[in-house]
Amino acid sequence: MNSNGRKKPKIAVFKFASCDGCQLSLLDAEDELLAVAGVVEIAYFPEASRSMAKGPYDVGLVEGSITTHHDAERIQQVRRQCHKLVTIGACATAGGIQALRNSRDIDEFIRVVYATPQYISTLKLSTPIAEHVPVDFELRGCPINKAQLIELISATLAGRKPNIPTYSVCMECKRRANVCIAVAEGIACLGPVTQAGCGAICPSFNRGCYGCYGPMESPNTASLVEQFRILGQSDPQIARAFRGFNAWAWQFRKASEECERHE
Amino acid sequence: MSSTAGKSRTIKVDCLARVEGEGALFVKMKGDRVTDVKFTIYEPPRLFEAFLRGRHFSEVPDIVARICGICPIAYQMSAVHAIERALGVRIDPAIRMLRRLFYCGEWIESHALHIFMLHAPDFLGYPDAIQMARDYRGVVEQALRLKKIGNRIVTVMGGREIHPVSVAVGGFYRVPARSELSPLLEDLKWALDASLQSVRLVAGFEFPDFEQPYEFVALSHPDEYPFNEGRLASNKGLDIDVAEYEEHFLEQHVKHSNALQSVLRARGSYMVGPLARFNLNFARLPEVAQQAARDSGLSVPCNNPFRSIIVRAVELVFACWEAIRVIEAYEPPAAPRAAISMHAGTGCAVTEAPRGLLYHRYRIDDEGLVQFAKIVPPTSQNQKRMEEDLWQFVPQLATRPTDEVTWKCEQALRNYDPCISCATHFLRVHIERE
Repeated sequence: MNSNGRKKPKIAVFKFASCDGCQLSLLDAEDELLAVAGVVEIAYFPEASRSMAKGPYDVGLVEGSITTHHDAERIQQVRRQCHKLVTIGACATAGGIQALRNSRDIDEFIRVVYATPQYISTLKLSTPIAEHVPVDFELRGCPINKAQLIELISATLAGRKPNIPTYSVCMECKRRANVCIAVAEGIACLGPVTQAGCGAICPSFNRGCYGCYGPMESPNTASLVEQFRILGQSDPQIARAFRGFNAWAWQFRKASEECERHE
Repeated sequence: MSSTAGKSRTIKVDCLARVEGEGALFVKMKGDRVTDVKFTIYEPPRLFEAFLRGRHFSEVPDIVARICGICPIAYQMSAVHAIERALGVRIDPAIRMLRRLFYCGEWIESHALHIFMLHAPDFLGYPDAIQMARDYRGVVEQALRLKKIGNRIVTVMGGREIHPVSVAVGGFYRVPARSELSPLLEDLKWALDASLQSVRLVAGFEFPDFEQPYEFVALSHPDEYPFNEGRLASNKGLDIDVAEYEEHFLEQHVKHSNALQSVLRARGSYMVGPLARFNLNFARLPEVAQQAARDSGLSVPCNNPFRSIIVRAVELVFACWEAIRVIEAYEPPAAPRAAISMHAGTGCAVTEAPRGLLYHRYRIDDEGLVQFAKIVPPTSQNQKRMEEDLWQFVPQLATRPTDEVTWKCEQALRNYDPCISCATHFLRVHIERE
């Protein structure tokens, strides 16, 4: 119960294939954590608590991608338990770095890592949550931005649309008054095709954006690929640039496949 | 005579809480005998070593960071040092010091998280730190502020707390100015004091009477408490160059786990992490940390894994002290990173992640592309020792009710601050009493 006697909304955090970094963002919200815990019931969050309340939950936060038969079934149960289901991070939203297996031979991959491959059960593809169940909102980032996470939780509980911009990283560079590193220094930067949210940190650290927030709303990847070629990047280099933490997002996938064909 | 005497029971924890990643525990007992222990990592395999092949060496630090959201810097540090060895890159002494500072940030963040949010609730009888905050608000608030100060170092140096973007082979993409680091000093001085208070607080917890003849393995450096450099040493005579790691350690694949288990070829299981570092490197701790350890009743060797929470707090004292030392002496390097002349090569490195040593080896071709990668995370190395602890610890609990046995088993595993996403590049608890 909260102070006005109403029942606190129940939040649950579920993990699939991931590094845990996005759910850790909730614990990294050091200034907000105890306040959040005051207005919502964090009912299921195994990384933080051994008390695990049963569903249904008002909001389910899902981290990670689907890579096993067991997880493909579990996400169906999770969806049934959650009134609103939102995905957090590049793994849940685009398949994550582990989706680099998707264009390769998975059996060969397992043989490389494990001495006894028959002990390992995994799917050929690492897929985002929305390929399995309806998703109410997808929060981008590898990792997510904790301020956007707090905004997403607040908006979802209030029943409004979260204020999460879908424009490119370039806008954030302009706001920080960064000199464009692509123009001024000829550094290959995915900023023009990548969704904002990180605060343009890579260009602020003298390096090109590596696309960890995934494709912006309407990315002109073909034009950027041409620009990369002008900067002297080879097609294999450009293909690798799009094959990062959002390699399976269709716009980035298409760009990398085109560069591969062009080789 | 308790009602559980002579009966068989199974203790199962399907989803071990307050650890990073997904693992399960299964313990089978007959009376006070343990008949089976299985520590299962069901975290899905993510196959990093496979997809690193064909990537350019410069992309490796960003990719391997994604193995773990709690210790990305550890992955970045082992990767850059291994690649620098492969390519014969020498780093500026100022870069070396900045890397120590960066690691201090991760140790402070990770240790504060584990001590107070993941481990202390076991000792104080709460399911989590948020429930604990109802009775210990000041303690949890202080822990959050400590954690935030660790994260602040990482953010100033790397742009964000999780998966920072500044680490490059040869140095950093951008190094901080003195004026960016010096504002951290005031917070760090507070943090040093809060860490000393933390040592006193956790030293007052109750510890099970449980000691084991561990083989502790850690980096050992002649002058410093180790982060990125030193020889590999143990309390049972191991003293080797990092390049000899694979001659002495073997990764085994067991059926019940998606993580490989690492053993010493000569002697089997071993322990890495704060307890190992402390026991092997006590003399290299600054006096303020040594004194805090002595005052809390710790002595070398400490063979009680439950007391690792005190050792972690002592390492917090060290990390705050070291961060202050590095910042006060900081002069920016002439260049943010060393120039690299490309040639083929193989290199390996070990660094000290908050939860123990992390081994990387890469083979790079003459175009700079990775041909082979091998990564041995701390939890893979501790996994066998964690199972052995349960074999030895559970008989002490034979007369206790199943709920209590289950909780104590979880606590025994949390002694290791297991990081399961790392281990799978692991925990459900099942305790079976028939």
